[in-house]
Amino acid sequence: MEFVGKILFMAVMAIFVQNFVLMRFLGLCPYIGVSKKLDSALGMGMAVIFVMTMASTFTWLIHTYLLVPLHIEFLQTIAFILTIASLVQLVEMVIQKTAPSLYRSLGVFLPLITTNCAVLGVAILNIQSEYNFIFAILNGLFAGIGFTLVLILMAGIRERLERAELPVSMKGMPISMIVAGSMALAFLGFSGLKF
Amino acid sequence: MTLLKEFTKGFIKENPVFVMALGLCPTLAVTSSVVNAIGMGLAATFVLVFSNIFISLIKNFIPPKIRIPAFIVVIASFVTIVDMVMNAYLPAIHKSLGLFIPLIVVNCIILGRAEAFASKNNLIRSILDGLGMGLGFTLALVVIGGIREVLGAGQFLGYNLFPETFQPMLVAILAPGAFIVMGLLMGLMNLKKKKN
Repeated sequence: MEFVGKILFMAVMAIFVQNFVLMRFLGLCPYIGVSKKLDSALGMGMAVIFVMTMASTFTWLIHTYLLVPLHIEFLQTIAFILTIASLVQLVEMVIQKTAPSLYRSLGVFLPLITTNCAVLGVAILNIQSEYNFIFAILNGLFAGIGFTLVLILMAGIRERLERAELPVSMKGMPISMIVAGSMALAFLGFSGLKF
Repeated sequence: MTLLKEFTKGFIKENPVFVMALGLCPTLAVTSSVVNAIGMGLAATFVLVFSNIFISLIKNFIPPKIRIPAFIVVIASFVTIVDMVMNAYLPAIHKSLGLFIPLIVVNCIILGRAEAFASKNNLIRSILDGLGMGLGFTLALVVIGGIREVLGAGQFLGYNLFPETFQPMLVAILAPGAFIVMGLLMGLMNLKKKKN
């Protein structure tokens, strides 16, 4: 029972209280770049959840069974970014062969994910927080869900914003940032949650 | 003259943050104070200059198909150096920048300059480009950090600016303030561009 409670706590922390985009400022480029349409936001979100979970799994294994035994923890950054880059490439090839229809909807987003700092961020955070294997994977999954949640909310708002009357110089990026600011303000309320 | 232009274009005209909207994550995350902003800006400048030098030197030996992974390895090596040096000599800044130092690897400004500039230009131009872009990035961070620190803490570089009765606008140094200040500054840049 305690285990379930821990997982629940972790989910609330990663999705709401320490949301990757709005509280930790990770993954802002896709958050602003791919949130113009609801469909593409959903596609990007799914791809990110998948890659973040996979990346958490593999970077944890590499850190624990390769870097630590060899005492080369200082190569962490290089090892992780290479793992993520090759992982993304591999996932892209596998999906392309096995599920062409899924590839058509996710394909364009996959290369972008390599430079998504949320993926490298979650990998490094897993190691810094000294999670065990199961929790590292779950943290990747929940962080991805948190990212997708705010991405989809943002896309919904921006579809409406298209029709709003705004000063010309505030259109596009500037107003998106301010909307993100108001969303962050709302999410700040979650940090009042105490367990 | 053109060399000078290569150096100064990153300050305003092609400012990586305000004009090209690159590297948003570190921009918003570390600008809660001016000291952090300067630390981050200079760390990124170092990586930018040295990765530009290295990539400009080895550009003829890298097969085009694997150039991106090769660039990333070069950048990651310099990021590791910065990470270790800062940990040794500037532990306080290293601690407050935290996760964002290793994340310089995925800062799109650096990979962007490697791909768009250093892999096509000679050594001198690449150095100047890296230095200019890095200082432009630092400038943007200091501007945002300055606004947030003055509004949110009533301080600049840690010095109190106002009498004790001043109530700082705490939200400016919290997460929402970062987004709102950035949005308003971008709007201002658009307004200026439209007038010209």
